[in-house]
Amino acid sequence: MAADNTFIQEYSIKGWDFTRAGEASCEIKNILKQIGVSQDVIRRVAIASYEAEMNVVMYARQGTMRCEIDTTKIKITIEDEGPGIADIDQAMQEGFSTATPEMREMGFGAGMGLPNIKRNSDGCEVTSVVGKGTKVAMSFNL
Amino acid sequence: MKLNHIIEKIPMRVQTPASNLSVEVTGGYISDLLSDVMAHAKKGDVWITLQIHQNTVAVATLKELAGIILINGKQPAPETIKKAEEEGVPILTSESTAFELICELCKLGISGSR
Ligand SMILES: Nc1ncnc2c1ncn2[C@@H]1O[C@H](COP(=O)(O)OP(=O)(O)OP(=O)(O)O)[C@@H](O)[C@H]1O
Ligand SMILES: [Mg+2]
Repeated sequence: MAADNTFIQEYSIKGWDFTRAGEASCEIKNILKQIGVSQDVIRRVAIASYEAEMNVVMYARQGTMRCEIDTTKIKITIEDEGPGIADIDQAMQEGFSTATPEMREMGFGAGMGLPNIKRNSDGCEVTSVVGKGTKVAMSFNL
Repeated sequence: MKLNHIIEKIPMRVQTPASNLSVEVTGGYISDLLSDVMAHAKKGDVWITLQIHQNTVAVATLKELAGIILINGKQPAPETIKKAEEEGVPILTSESTAFELICELCKLGISGSR
């Protein structure tokens, strides 16, 4: 815990590394379990963080997942270096996906990731610069 | 109903002997789309799928699923077995089709109601 009672932990995510994909989300889930966060919040954080982590794995070169917890909320921010998203409204629509045939064969590319993040978080903001990267900031009230 | 009880009743092979087979199964979900499972599967579900790759294990762990059942005689990739044993996620394989297997699970009282 930092002086202002905020717990902060950061994880790195490697693009296209499907062998370690999901590990950061699993670690965050374990932390939330240890500190006794409610089952419902843990469930929602797990879904949203996994989807954001997978999007970095699938579309970006590399990224970080930062988890901040204070007494009132959990904030998870995923920032990547990658192609960015040209039309965020379109990307947020259920079913929209630019996943490759290989990814679809693995069961990715339903176009449900960003909608899952929105549905399961208490607040989420997606910002992006084409050619630079994408940032997904989500929060969960405690 | 416990997973090992289901294994006694329905012919299936356990691919992860080190995992916990006495886990309680409270329902089931079938899908080959990972985000769909993230959205709709429930804690305690068995997940019936054709996906054999290791990313299924993180999904099962995060969702606290009771286990993964691969159908149509599909075999898990070696990395999938390794990861599943590390995480304690049971993986079973069945020669049946999804429909046949679900009929059998229903007879044992496993339902898909949400
Ligand atoms: N971090 C990112 N960098 C670049 N593009 C992204 C990123 N995240 C999402 N996108 C774009 O937004 C689209 C929709 O993302 P979303 O997560 O909703 O679905 P998906 O990843 O295609 O499929 P699913 O998540 O269901 O496996 C993606 O196909 C991709 O074009
Ligand atoms: Mg996605």
